[in-house]
Amino acid sequence: MKEKVLDIIAAYKGVDAADIATDKPFNDIGLDSLDVAELVMQIEDACGVEIDITPELNCIDKLVEYIESK
Amino acid sequence: MGLKIIGTGSGLPGKIVTNNDLAEFMDTSDEWISQRTGIRQRRILSGSETLLELSTKAAAEALQEAQTSPDEIDLLMVTTIGGDYKTPALSCLLAGELGMNCITLDVNMACCGFLYAMHTANAYFCAGMAKKVLIVSAEALSRLTDWTDRSTCVLFGDAAAAAVLEHSDCEPVFSMELRGKDGWEHLHATRGTDNCPFNNFENNGFLHMNGQDIYKFAVSSITARIHALLDTCSLTIEDINTVLLHQANLRIINGAVTRFGHPEKFPHNMENYGNTSSASVPLLLHEVKGNFRPGDKLILCAFGAGLASAACLLEW
Repeated sequence: MKEKVLDIIAAYKGVDAADIATDKPFNDIGLDSLDVAELVMQIEDACGVEIDITPELNCIDKLVEYIESK
Repeated sequence: MGLKIIGTGSGLPGKIVTNNDLAEFMDTSDEWISQRTGIRQRRILSGSETLLELSTKAAAEALQEAQTSPDEIDLLMVTTIGGDYKTPALSCLLAGELGMNCITLDVNMACCGFLYAMHTANAYFCAGMAKKVLIVSAEALSRLTDWTDRSTCVLFGDAAAAAVLEHSDCEPVFSMELRGKDGWEHLHATRGTDNCPFNNFENNGFLHMNGQDIYKFAVSSITARIHALLDTCSLTIEDINTVLLHQANLRIINGAVTRFGHPEKFPHNMENYGNTSSASVPLLLHEVKGNFRPGDKLILCAFGAGLASAACLLEW
């Protein structure tokens, strides 16, 4: 799941997935609130889950953990 | 039976407020605003300017282009979140300015107002109750904005835009959705100052918006409305010449382009006006219609408070 999410984010940002820090807040890796909303929509479509965006989901690791718990 | 747009017009406030102007009194910058929204400047009512003045100018321009006199109009609809007065309705005042004596309606459907008014006009045409309809979309978001909240006040602008519609054989197709109780609180404005001692309704009058939820609503609604129109008409996006989206935020338009491709079909002007609610679609129409050719297939699509979304496919 983490690889899938990382691939989506890497494609969106146009960078290599290996260069993305998964434990840093989205804002620190250059993703503002609307970037996160757009990525969440793409991840929902790709993974078939509905994601309720909350302040706690503030980095990739927590987002993946949330999706895997659904 | 259906409708044809035979004239458009606009009425804009004289005052231009740039992102740099906003940075003079709040913690923001042109870079911050333009990267996140695409907006560079907006028009704001100033001094003694009124929505009625903007509406009158927009209406007069549309009527002139349509070669239509005010007494030929059977129905006047003004779409607005709020006119210059709570009562009388802005449409009543505008009818007075234009010397009209016809049915008038104010339509408060926020950003979807113009589309809802088109839908109503079409119903009047189909019922044989009107031959020509004037729609004026006039919004003063600056009156609803909390000018100490940098996350919302940078987004909005004031404007009026108008269209004259005529009964014709060009049958439009509509797709409308109201989400009911699901999520309306993500975009709302309370009524403003009251002093009734018998209630405690939340009442600062400001616009509140949850940007992430509205982004998801906007992009998913645009996608659903356009697919519904295309499916109904057995068309694909390749068959459509131009898609006029509500001008809320360039990021939302980019979200639509990600899903449909063809960025050239999605013109935008929010960089100059910000989000002008129901005025944005007719204002964009007014500015880009010079590129249309007879027979072009257009989609007009809006989304906003309600939560509501609406779209129309019509032939130019």
